[in-house]
Amino acid sequence: MMLAESGAPAWSWNLLTDFQEMWSYPFMVNAFRAGAIVAVVAAVVGWFVVLRRQTFAAHTVSAVAFPGAAGALLLGVSAVYGYFTLCVAAALVIAALRGGGDHEESALTGTVQAFLLASGFLFTALYRGLLEGPQTILFGTFLGITSSQVTVLTVVGAVVLAALALLGRPLLFASVDPKVAAGRGVPVRALSVVFLVLLGAATAETSQITGTLLVFALMVIPAATAQVLTPRPALSLALAVLLAFAATWLGLTAAYYSPYPLGFFVTTIAFAGYLLALGWRSLREVLSRRAVATPAAREVTA
Amino acid sequence: MNPIAKAREAVTHSAHTVPNRRAGGHDTAPNSGRDPVLALRGAAVRVGGRTLWSGVDLRIGSGEFTAVLGPNGVGKSTMIKVLLGALPAAAGEVRVLGTRPGQANDRIGYLPQRRSFDASLRIRGVDVVRMGLDGDRWGVPLPFPSARRQAARARVDEVIELVGASAYAHRPIGQCSGGEQQRLLIAQALIRRPELLLLDEPLDSLDLPNQSAVAALIGRISHQEGVSVVMVAHDVNPILHHLDRVVYLAEGGAAAGTPEEVITSGTLTRLYGTPVEVLRTSDGRLVVVGQPEAPAVHTDRHSGGPS
Ligand SMILES: Nc1ncnc2c1ncn2[C@@H]1O[C@H](COP(=O)(O)OP(=O)(O)OP(=O)(O)O)[C@@H](O)[C@H]1O
Ligand SMILES: [Mg+2]
Repeated sequence: MMLAESGAPAWSWNLLTDFQEMWSYPFMVNAFRAGAIVAVVAAVVGWFVVLRRQTFAAHTVSAVAFPGAAGALLLGVSAVYGYFTLCVAAALVIAALRGGGDHEESALTGTVQAFLLASGFLFTALYRGLLEGPQTILFGTFLGITSSQVTVLTVVGAVVLAALALLGRPLLFASVDPKVAAGRGVPVRALSVVFLVLLGAATAETSQITGTLLVFALMVIPAATAQVLTPRPALSLALAVLLAFAATWLGLTAAYYSPYPLGFFVTTIAFAGYLLALGWRSLREVLSRRAVATPAAREVTA
Repeated sequence: MNPIAKAREAVTHSAHTVPNRRAGGHDTAPNSGRDPVLALRGAAVRVGGRTLWSGVDLRIGSGEFTAVLGPNGVGKSTMIKVLLGALPAAAGEVRVLGTRPGQANDRIGYLPQRRSFDASLRIRGVDVVRMGLDGDRWGVPLPFPSARRQAARARVDEVIELVGASAYAHRPIGQCSGGEQQRLLIAQALIRRPELLLLDEPLDSLDLPNQSAVAALIGRISHQEGVSVVMVAHDVNPILHHLDRVVYLAEGGAAAGTPEEVITSGTLTRLYGTPVEVLRTSDGRLVVVGQPEAPAVHTDRHSGGPS
């Protein structure tokens, strides 16, 4: 995972030269490009995941990405196809298992998820071609992202974002208030199936950067952080994108200049942001309670 | 814009309701020349192979306030679903706003039964109200100021003001109390200036002062703004003064008419087939005794709910 066989690169605090240095390697340029695309797609899809309370479904879909990638390698095709095929298939299975009910079949989904994870482990054991075992699939890597992989990520990401731009408003309505939305003629069931497919595609994308176990770092944490910070839908969506983007690029930079893995940095940065947001919110609550308690203080804060 | 909506728009809201406007006596379905807002003839409904009610005849004119009463599980919410076109009637004829149910849903405001938002839902009350206006439209609104955007915002503020929810409309809706959420949801149902409001137990989870305040609000909307209201209720007393007609559902049949006609010992005894007694307390409240599950009695469903 370490880059630095040829002498570790050193961080100079001169951002311009640092980025010039990183971007002198084509694989780093690809990593930053892929990271940017994935951050945006994951944050937007994740914002709806958090709002719809579908984190378990998202977790399941991301867990299947592992046997998907491992199985693709075993079959001798690019892991990219494995990610997309199994993630979207898993999303469809979850949609089908739900049937007419509103609730996820969580026990059944969990059972299938465990089995698929075990299969993934078997595939990696059979394949033996992975130098580091299943680790890069599970925890992500920024090495070896090819230009064609970036193209695939861009195309799929654009399709997901375009679909969400078209469906966004009714999807929000159906997520927050399904009964009234259905009364208004919003196709609530169909939207939830389509959203699961988009979730599958976005998860497949994110897995390729953060690894399948750390998909939440980009998909759930930035969205949850943004929703802690503001209840305004448009603003929190924009914040989620910004936070995911920042976590990815900072994580890539940190991983380049240090011997530790990318997934760790992205997750840690995103998690730190979440903690800061929680702290900021409780601080604000305390302050506003004080302001209510003492009218003099209210004048100051207002 | 249709004339009703125009007239409704012209109404300025004064805070007081007329206590008993039935004195004027348009007890039979008014405007017999015009289409009634709601017309059921011999309607019946079946769910899961079981007939819930049948032979229901009902005509509701514009601006009338109607209560749907009956014991738990008799099919009150199911009736609302039939009116929305979500469930077909098994027999008889149902016309809503002059067309088949489901055809005119954009002219109907709907408030489903017992809907409370998760405490952690981080969406503001105004956003939920706004969804009632254009939440079903495809695409996302462009983030630029425009005349339409301004009009939408003004309309949102107007309905929120109308239901008296301005103080908490900008808080996350999950953090509002049950009563506050209920007012915001009524605003959501009202925002498109519907001609018909279908409210499924809107007084549920409200304390007594709030029950009468929300009942007065709905009565005011109905009578001053000419919106027909069909409201499922568990207890007739908070809305009794505002009502034009009531529908009592029972296993098998139904009784519809003015409250004076229907909420009597004779009618209810005939309807339920067991002795039912209607008592009037000195302050004008009605107590129904002996009905399969008396709607005038507060059951434990209400205790412990948020205020
Ligand atoms: N989809 C369904 N399939 C089978 N039975 C159903 C279905 N929906 C409702 N029912 C049954 O129909 C009956 C009427 O339900 P409904 O929700 O209309 O009652 P209600 O009068 O609104 O009661 P409450 O006062 O408790 O709200 C109930 O016995 C319910 O179990
Ligand atoms: Mg009901």
